[in-house]
Amino acid sequence: MTAILEVRDLRLWYGTARGSVRAVDRVSLEIDAGSVLGLVGESGCGKSTLGRGILGLLPEGARADGEVLYKGRNLVTMSPRELRRLRGPDLGLIFQEPMTRLNPLLRIEDHFRETIEQHDSKLTPKDVRRRSLDTLGRMGIPPTRFRQYPHEFSGGMRQRIMIALALVLRPSLLVADEPTTSLDVIVEAQILRILADLKENFDTALLLITHNLGIVAEACDRVAVMYAGQIAEEGPARDVFADPKHPYTRELLRSTISLDTKVLHSIPGAPPNLISPPSGCHFHPRCPDVMRVCPAHDPIETQPDPDRRVLCWLHGPEREIPDGGTAPLEREQIAVAEEA
Amino acid sequence: MSAPDDVLVSVRGLKTYYSIRGSFLDRLVGRTGAAVRAVDDVSLELRKGEVLGLVGESGSGKTTLGRTLLGLVPATEGTVEFEGQDITHASEHDRRLLRRRMQIVFQDPHASLNPAMTVAQAVGHPLEIHGLARGREEVRARVADVLERVGLAPAEQFMDKFPSDLSGGQKQRAVIARAIILNPVLLVADEPVSMLDMSVRAKILELMLALKHDFDLTYLYITHDLATAKFFCDRIAIMYLGRIVEIGPSEAIYADPKHPYTQALLRAIPEPDPRRTIPRDLPRGEVPDASRPPLGCSFHPRCPKAFEVCGWESRDLKELLERRWAGLGEEGFEAEQAAVGPMEALDVAKTHVRLAAHGGAHGSDLRGLLDRARAADPAEPFWTGVQEMRDANGSLEIDWYDPVEPRLLPADSVEVECHLYDETALAEAAQRRQSRIPQ
Repeated sequence: MTAILEVRDLRLWYGTARGSVRAVDRVSLEIDAGSVLGLVGESGCGKSTLGRGILGLLPEGARADGEVLYKGRNLVTMSPRELRRLRGPDLGLIFQEPMTRLNPLLRIEDHFRETIEQHDSKLTPKDVRRRSLDTLGRMGIPPTRFRQYPHEFSGGMRQRIMIALALVLRPSLLVADEPTTSLDVIVEAQILRILADLKENFDTALLLITHNLGIVAEACDRVAVMYAGQIAEEGPARDVFADPKHPYTRELLRSTISLDTKVLHSIPGAPPNLISPPSGCHFHPRCPDVMRVCPAHDPIETQPDPDRRVLCWLHGPEREIPDGGTAPLEREQIAVAEEA
Repeated sequence: MSAPDDVLVSVRGLKTYYSIRGSFLDRLVGRTGAAVRAVDDVSLELRKGEVLGLVGESGSGKTTLGRTLLGLVPATEGTVEFEGQDITHASEHDRRLLRRRMQIVFQDPHASLNPAMTVAQAVGHPLEIHGLARGREEVRARVADVLERVGLAPAEQFMDKFPSDLSGGQKQRAVIARAIILNPVLLVADEPVSMLDMSVRAKILELMLALKHDFDLTYLYITHDLATAKFFCDRIAIMYLGRIVEIGPSEAIYADPKHPYTQALLRAIPEPDPRRTIPRDLPRGEVPDASRPPLGCSFHPRCPKAFEVCGWESRDLKELLERRWAGLGEEGFEAEQAAVGPMEALDVAKTHVRLAAHGGAHGSDLRGLLDRARAADPAEPFWTGVQEMRDANGSLEIDWYDPVEPRLLPADSVEVECHLYDETALAEAAQRRQSRIPQ
């Protein structure tokens, strides 16, 4: 497999009145052509900022450092003009709220015409229509509704239209930020089915950003677990779920309430703010396996298996851990006061 | 069944309709607009000390039912009894007293707290409104008690904070504190954890279970999430388009769901298990418009198991054609659409339609079109509902069987509103199948 996108040591931060927020802190990722990577984490962990940062869609005032390599070109240093040319035919984005992304005054037809003409002005109106109807049809939107307005569609159909709009230019990478969060469970499953089948139908790679581990398990080839701006663990979805290496992944899995859940479980404390995250490993105040080394030294990424990465002192490297560093850290019980 | 004095809330034949304002012209000529049947003939009982889960998708009417029960929305028809007393049309004065006994926790903790009030003011507000505490000191003392009880301890640390200083979970704890400070007997919890992160949901659910035990509470737990309901509820009521389609003990609902809708809801929940994949055979489409519900069983257009008597009609034909055209390619679609012509006539619910052929086509062409659609997907349940198709002078007439109205009937330990469990409906369908005019 060849990587369509490589993120190397990416840092994204922005200033606030209370200090600078390090939303993404030295993140490295690879997405293979035609594969689905799930990016999972709790609210405020930086996953949405990462998704937008990859596409160069950060708010005014945000700063980026590192590399986002797409077909060998670094998007971080690219000019806005060049970047704009890539968005659409190469890189697509689907947002959480389909209603706020469609123009209520434009017919679906006009949305498609505008999108296609932005990037390919040589197509005849007939070709534009054919291409639009074909993509919509694959999303299950009948051609009879091509001339309707966004308000005439249900929530699930609007999200299908958004996906069709992103796919009509045949991008090689699609970033989907919580695409099913506002949808009902059956419609959510319908949309996930479409996204999981993108590879077969459109040969598009997908970065699926979500807070729901269940969605990752069912739709993704690989998964990256994000905590406090960093990738805590990354690997094939099957392996990560069967045998999580990072205590955060393990605890998050146990906290997910599903039909198979036998005992309720939660992680003590709350995710940290990203202005002044805890020292050393950012997860150490909530970690049941915390050791003396954890608050004192930043963890170093290791590969417990050839295909997996983890950022946790439990997996070494041993030569970097000072003497006595693996002893459990004694600490007071976390008060509910600090809890979410 | 339980003794009557066990029953805290009893809802009988409850209907809550919202009228849609028609156009200016409609009002001018005195025509009343249509109505959204948010709750459409619901009966249920809430026993003391139990947790009843009201589960459904958005638009199912679950929130409206909860609000009607509390009197926040007026009932259109039917009755709500609380502790044996009919409160459907209680006066504002009586309602005030009732609100000490029944409280609600809303979904969004960020929107439920006034950003300009401190935690102590917000949580103590009900005491002041109802005049149940004398003086600032007593209010603060009781607020401190209840804050500690919901885990916001030490209370002094939280009393003078504003909502913006709290995390989502802490806010929801404060909202719960405000709801229980009057010692209610009934708590309606409308999606209390769905806005929270996964890692803190369990904590709020555990808190609610502990409070139920300590304060002898009865819960109506409104949710779209069957996974949390499984943990939390003694009984489950599944709602679809304003009606309860299945109700029974939790174990029975999860072990052996009867209604095809319940089955679909359970299968659609994403499980954190990578050996599972997203099912491909989920119900199509979405919850329909409650102002124009489908004939017969409201779920029939999406139901994989629907048959003769479920309520097939003109709008189902339109959907069938549209589904077909979505996958047909441009030429195929244009040719067929030209023959069918405008489809507005199909928008009105009818079990008999006359479809005029357009663009020089004949009735037999339309028939050929439908035969092709049927051959492409013979298992489509729609066709079971077609009684007869006749060519007639440049048009095609289609008759569907009359719908049989579904009823909530006992099946094993639950009650379910589905023709698959109704002997009369099954017999009727079998008879129709035998007497069907050969096509």
